[in-house]
Amino acid sequence: MSSSANPYITEYASNASRLPGQNLPWLQQFRKQALEQFSIHGFPSPREEDWRYTNVSAIEKKLFAPALNAPSNNLDLLALQRYQLADAWSVVLINGHFCAELSQLQGLPEGVCVCSMAAALESPDSKTVEKYLGLAVTNTEHSFVAFNSAWFSDGVLVRVPEKLVLSKPIQILNIVTSAEIMATTRSVLIIEQQAQAQVLEMFISLDNVSDKTSDPTQAVGAGLAYLTATVSEVFIGQNAELTLYKAQAESEKAYHFGGVYVQQERDARFTHHNFAFGGLLARTDLHTDLGCAAECELNGLYLGAKRQHIDNHTRINHLQAHASSRQLYKGVLDDRARGVFQGRVLVAEQAQKTDSEMNNRNLLLSADAEVDTKPQLEIYADDVKCGHGLTVGQLDEKSVFYLQSRCVDEETARNMLTFAFANEMVDKVKLKTLHDVLLAQVLARFPQQGVDLEWL
Amino acid sequence: MLSIKNLHVSVGDKAILKGINLEIKAGEIHAIMGPNGSGKSTLSHVLSGKSGYTVTEGSVTYQGKDLVAMAPEIRAREGVFLAFQYPVEIPGVSNIYLLKAALNSIRKYHGLAEVDAMDFLMLVKHKVKLLEMDEKFLYRAVNEGFSGGEKKRNEILQMAILEPMLCIMDETDSGLDIDALKIVSQGVNSLRSPERSFVMVTHYQRLLDYIKPDVVHVLAHGQIVKSGGPELALELEEKGYNWLENQVAA
Repeated sequence: MSSSANPYITEYASNASRLPGQNLPWLQQFRKQALEQFSIHGFPSPREEDWRYTNVSAIEKKLFAPALNAPSNNLDLLALQRYQLADAWSVVLINGHFCAELSQLQGLPEGVCVCSMAAALESPDSKTVEKYLGLAVTNTEHSFVAFNSAWFSDGVLVRVPEKLVLSKPIQILNIVTSAEIMATTRSVLIIEQQAQAQVLEMFISLDNVSDKTSDPTQAVGAGLAYLTATVSEVFIGQNAELTLYKAQAESEKAYHFGGVYVQQERDARFTHHNFAFGGLLARTDLHTDLGCAAECELNGLYLGAKRQHIDNHTRINHLQAHASSRQLYKGVLDDRARGVFQGRVLVAEQAQKTDSEMNNRNLLLSADAEVDTKPQLEIYADDVKCGHGLTVGQLDEKSVFYLQSRCVDEETARNMLTFAFANEMVDKVKLKTLHDVLLAQVLARFPQQGVDLEWL
Repeated sequence: MLSIKNLHVSVGDKAILKGINLEIKAGEIHAIMGPNGSGKSTLSHVLSGKSGYTVTEGSVTYQGKDLVAMAPEIRAREGVFLAFQYPVEIPGVSNIYLLKAALNSIRKYHGLAEVDAMDFLMLVKHKVKLLEMDEKFLYRAVNEGFSGGEKKRNEILQMAILEPMLCIMDETDSGLDIDALKIVSQGVNSLRSPERSFVMVTHYQRLLDYIKPDVVHVLAHGQIVKSGGPELALELEEKGYNWLENQVAA
């Protein structure tokens, strides 16, 4: 790739002065190195093994310009309410910038830090950021990380002090309201030893009020084309616990690149739920490093239709003994959609007694849909229990007929079965308010008449 | 109720049913017996509209309408119910959800309002009791992890709630122990009425000790080779099917 043609390199200098942390030399250095790294490689190419199924060349053909600030005055507040959880502290980021008036942070316990990354860099908290930024993932990981390091305009810093159990979840609500922009955010989540927290990263798009549709069942902001590039670094201390949700319902023309990089110390427990519903091209990388006797559970659901391309990469590094990992990703692909799952589990030589299981199940609803699934186990220890399984299939015609023989029309029967397949992952979400938002989204994809939610 | 005339059915190039004639009046119970491979299951599948079967000749008329032309769900809504020989497991869809979806589909088809939630629960719980089932079954996924007997009982539960006019029971007695057989039979007998007809496809005469048929037919090589009263079943139990099969061959 010729880097000179890449607008994200050529336009950087004229935008850099508007990025936060101008007076922090260490950050300037960090960004400079990141841009150099990005300049060398450009965006990932399908020639790279980790990107062979996902071609991102469409992004560099034009510049998605960084948004200058967060416009909140034109926002469709009713639509926003459907996504902002009532029982959570929430940080709202619009077009990649913190929006104080829409965020709800009252009543945070003493010692808990939840603030915008831009604000943190202007405060004594910048010391914390300096310590952790780039610690869970380096700019050489892949060039989207380098891209994010160079370009991030805001994000969230969360720190939960030791032994504190947060009573409510923290929601990081990323909203894009304009076409042709990029929303580039970088977050750092620190859960100190023996603390416990739930964090939800949500990505949606909302049109401005002026051109919103009056039909409330219509997805708002469905047609915006933009670029989301987000990286979160997560640190879970000894015997601490984090449930992290990612709910991605970007517009159907959007590009989404998200990286979640986790460090789990001894006995740390991490549960991740990854819902990938939106985007024309959406990719999430999820890595976790497991310390001694740490546990992780990774759940994922991707739903693709039309020409969506949804790619999920997970990597679990068993670095120490006695750790366990459980992974289940499910995908439903319709029309000409394409799904990619690459799951990699590495068991280091000293990681004896590792217990790992990885599963990927896919349902193809059309002859033109495609899934590329690649589970990889790399085991260097000799006393371990590692399993993996994958399935790619279609709806069972016997089941369709059974439902038809019970008066259900064929289309509803197919939707019932598909919904049931997907709902297993929604059902794992114990956070009721989030569960209901996700359930509504899945039901909208696979409508069934006369559904009684409490019986699902 | 049901009139089958000279029905010929093929699967691919293979002729399975070769000229079935059957008249079933409202309120009657007909037992269809026969050896394996005689076409018993094909007949019940064709009546319920399973794909993969081609009607090459003849007709099936149900309440004056051409049954063959209807989609499976339309037949079901019109009152034709198939109790499956091998009920299908549907993970993720609860029994109660399917029951409600089914009942509401029927009501909608007949221009009635959706069933009231309270009335529905009362109805379902009453029927569950009748079949001596645990109420927990209602909230479990359809047939998932059920024993053979539980699956068959669940079929009869659905039948009891949907109140079809024509009940086709495909080897409902196969795999049932005597206690389960009694419960299932009791459930079926409670549904007997002058308006409702039953077609019981079975391998074993034992079922007919509990559900008394009006007519017994013997199916062999795709044809009905003999019809008679309940005493025919006893004769079959005693002599087996060979003497009848030989008649056809001759």
